[in-house]
Amino acid sequence: MRLPMPALGIGLLALILTMAMSSWLLFLSVLLIMALAYQLGRRRAIAQVGGPTKIKRLHSLPAYHGLYAALWAGIPALFVMGLWIGFQDQVIIAQVIDALSPTQIEGLSPGQFNLLISDIRNLATGNIVSAQVTSELQAAADHYNRLRALSRIAMWVVVLALALGATLMVWLQIHPSLRARNRVESITLAIMIVFSSIAILTTLGIVLSVVFESIRFFKLISPLEFFFGLTWSPQIALRADQVGASGAFGAVPLFVGTLVISVIAMLVAVPIGLLSAIYLSEYASRRVRAVAKPLLEVLAGIPTVVYGFFAALTVAPFIRSLGAWLGLDVASESALAAGLVMGIMIIPFVSSLSDDVINAVPQAMRDGSYALGATQSETIRRVIIPAALPGIIGGILLAVSRAIGETMIVVMAAGLSANLSINPLESLTTVTVQIVTLLTGDQEFDSPKTLAAFALGLTLFVVTLALNVVALSIVRKYREQYE
Amino acid sequence: MNTMVETMNRVTDALSAVELAQERAFCQTVGDFTVPNPRMTCRDVEVWYGPKQAIRRVNLDIGRNEVLSMIGPSGCGKSTFLRCLNRMNDTIPGCRVTGSIKLDGQDIYDKKLDPVLLRARVGMVFQKPNPFPKSIYENVAYGPRIHGLTNSKAELDELVETSLRKAGLWDEVKDRLDQPGTGLSGGQQQRLCIARTIAVAPDVILMDEPCSALDPIATAIIEELIDELRANYSIVIVTHSMQQAARVSQRTAYFHLGDLIEVGETNQIFTNPQHKLTEDYITGRFG
Repeated sequence: MRLPMPALGIGLLALILTMAMSSWLLFLSVLLIMALAYQLGRRRAIAQVGGPTKIKRLHSLPAYHGLYAALWAGIPALFVMGLWIGFQDQVIIAQVIDALSPTQIEGLSPGQFNLLISDIRNLATGNIVSAQVTSELQAAADHYNRLRALSRIAMWVVVLALALGATLMVWLQIHPSLRARNRVESITLAIMIVFSSIAILTTLGIVLSVVFESIRFFKLISPLEFFFGLTWSPQIALRADQVGASGAFGAVPLFVGTLVISVIAMLVAVPIGLLSAIYLSEYASRRVRAVAKPLLEVLAGIPTVVYGFFAALTVAPFIRSLGAWLGLDVASESALAAGLVMGIMIIPFVSSLSDDVINAVPQAMRDGSYALGATQSETIRRVIIPAALPGIIGGILLAVSRAIGETMIVVMAAGLSANLSINPLESLTTVTVQIVTLLTGDQEFDSPKTLAAFALGLTLFVVTLALNVVALSIVRKYREQYE
Repeated sequence: MNTMVETMNRVTDALSAVELAQERAFCQTVGDFTVPNPRMTCRDVEVWYGPKQAIRRVNLDIGRNEVLSMIGPSGCGKSTFLRCLNRMNDTIPGCRVTGSIKLDGQDIYDKKLDPVLLRARVGMVFQKPNPFPKSIYENVAYGPRIHGLTNSKAELDELVETSLRKAGLWDEVKDRLDQPGTGLSGGQQQRLCIARTIAVAPDVILMDEPCSALDPIATAIIEELIDELRANYSIVIVTHSMQQAARVSQRTAYFHLGDLIEVGETNQIFTNPQHKLTEDYITGRFG
């Protein structure tokens, strides 16, 4: 059976048109043009010197000419495409709003206005709409759809024109003396700079957003109250007459709780980590070391949520019953349980870093000590540990900053109530736990309650950053000493 | 034709290598390796690193109040032998020492002997100055402290001072004893290491190329110091510099590929070597 040709043609056209709507296809087309540009550039370079046997006369190898063409064909086109996809919706929405009759927008609160826009958008894409579908709304949605289709076609035209135009431009440029190799190197360098700035800018963005939200918080609550207040009860009422409509944002109980739990964690992690590092680096035979070191580092690979329920379901009840047996009153979510488990989690940080710095102490130090008739333990105590101490302290500080920022274990095992106490048997709460509780569930994003999370986050960030900077500078200084 | 010649050459090379190995297998030390009233006596000492033999049947005495220098090309085993004398080789995994080494008649490889105590009697100075990252004072006080040699702070102060004086460093550092030892110059660091060794009152001081990291002036100071130290200690020094061996030592031992080839008075070794290998080395034909 033969399909009539016109029908086949129309079907094919329809297929191409539907596919043409997809940005993926455009992306693939650009890639295709890049491949084409590569071949064109390469061939033209070879042809210009008169065949593959004479490529010595080219400044750069043909492949560099090809790459140069491909990069030019791809980068501007893809960049424009990215911008287009990123900003088209905003532009279209602005157009749609302009087209709306003023009566529709008049007297709307920002919230209602946003709702209207999302209604138009949902209607256009066929999702559920919250309001009554009026003819005006329908008209706006149709307008929106028309603009979107137009925008897509325009994007196709512009992007393909850019890709092909750039290819042509490079094709005309190609000449035996073109320094294609150097230009490809510069473009590669530029790409790397762009990508590394993405990472840096993201970090900067996170920090700035936290800072700005914190500033908003500190406009509502004075920093004095936040940093020195002794009561933490962030209850902001939804209605003014609600019961318990008080809000107290004194973060001292949280700082104390964090401190207590971190101290317990360090009391566990430092001795165990340090002693195991000394054993592994100084005493253990190669075979023991080969097995024990990875096993110890497995501790670092356990997801913190697993530590969390280990703490909440195993350690906390155990400590509680142990306390009961000793006649002590232990809260079921004691700081001790959370601290102990957190300490175990941090052991590999301390041990691994200490092991590294102990190994970095030159053999000459050990030899010098042995040659004076010192035993192995005297050598370790009096020469190696003092020599490695800066590095060990650096490792411990890194572990502390990890302990302070740790969230999952304390969310599951430490309490929620902000008691101002240093008794590890009581239920204490930490900064991270409070951030989680403040931001969980439906929240108003401009109430002090939510903004307090940002202020806490900022405090946490500043403290851990300071610890990390100090720790890294100590470690670096120590490294310089022996190299 | 060419390949024939090449093959012939290779065969003769191989034969001479076998001959050399056989010659070395029966190599007897030339010269008298004994001294009257020795401090240390080494008999049939062999050292193995795993399956590889580093030292073969070395017999050598170390006299009192003498400087014995050990020379030879790189890898000849002189440092290995030196490290046998205070059992520093114990710290190297897979190292095995056989034969007998006696200090004042006592076998230092005796199971009952504590190598830690031995090392207090046979001190060692290393190729690269290795002061501890502590103050100058603490560097010298380290040994006396761990061995409990002094009863009071005043005694310790005195011991530190006399040790630094003997090492010729006192005048240079007496005003900055609390400064880190690592802040001294290379030559001063090496003298600090010598002072540190002297502080535990050893009988023998082993020196493993002590001047190889130093400039000529610092070297001259150390060499002078070695000559002075001879009055109180037996000194064994490994050196790559034949001039240094000639300047500081009374007896010289020449090592070659794990064998002690020749030993004798330094003057005689350098002016009238008996063994061909010694002569080749001294005259700079290899090394």
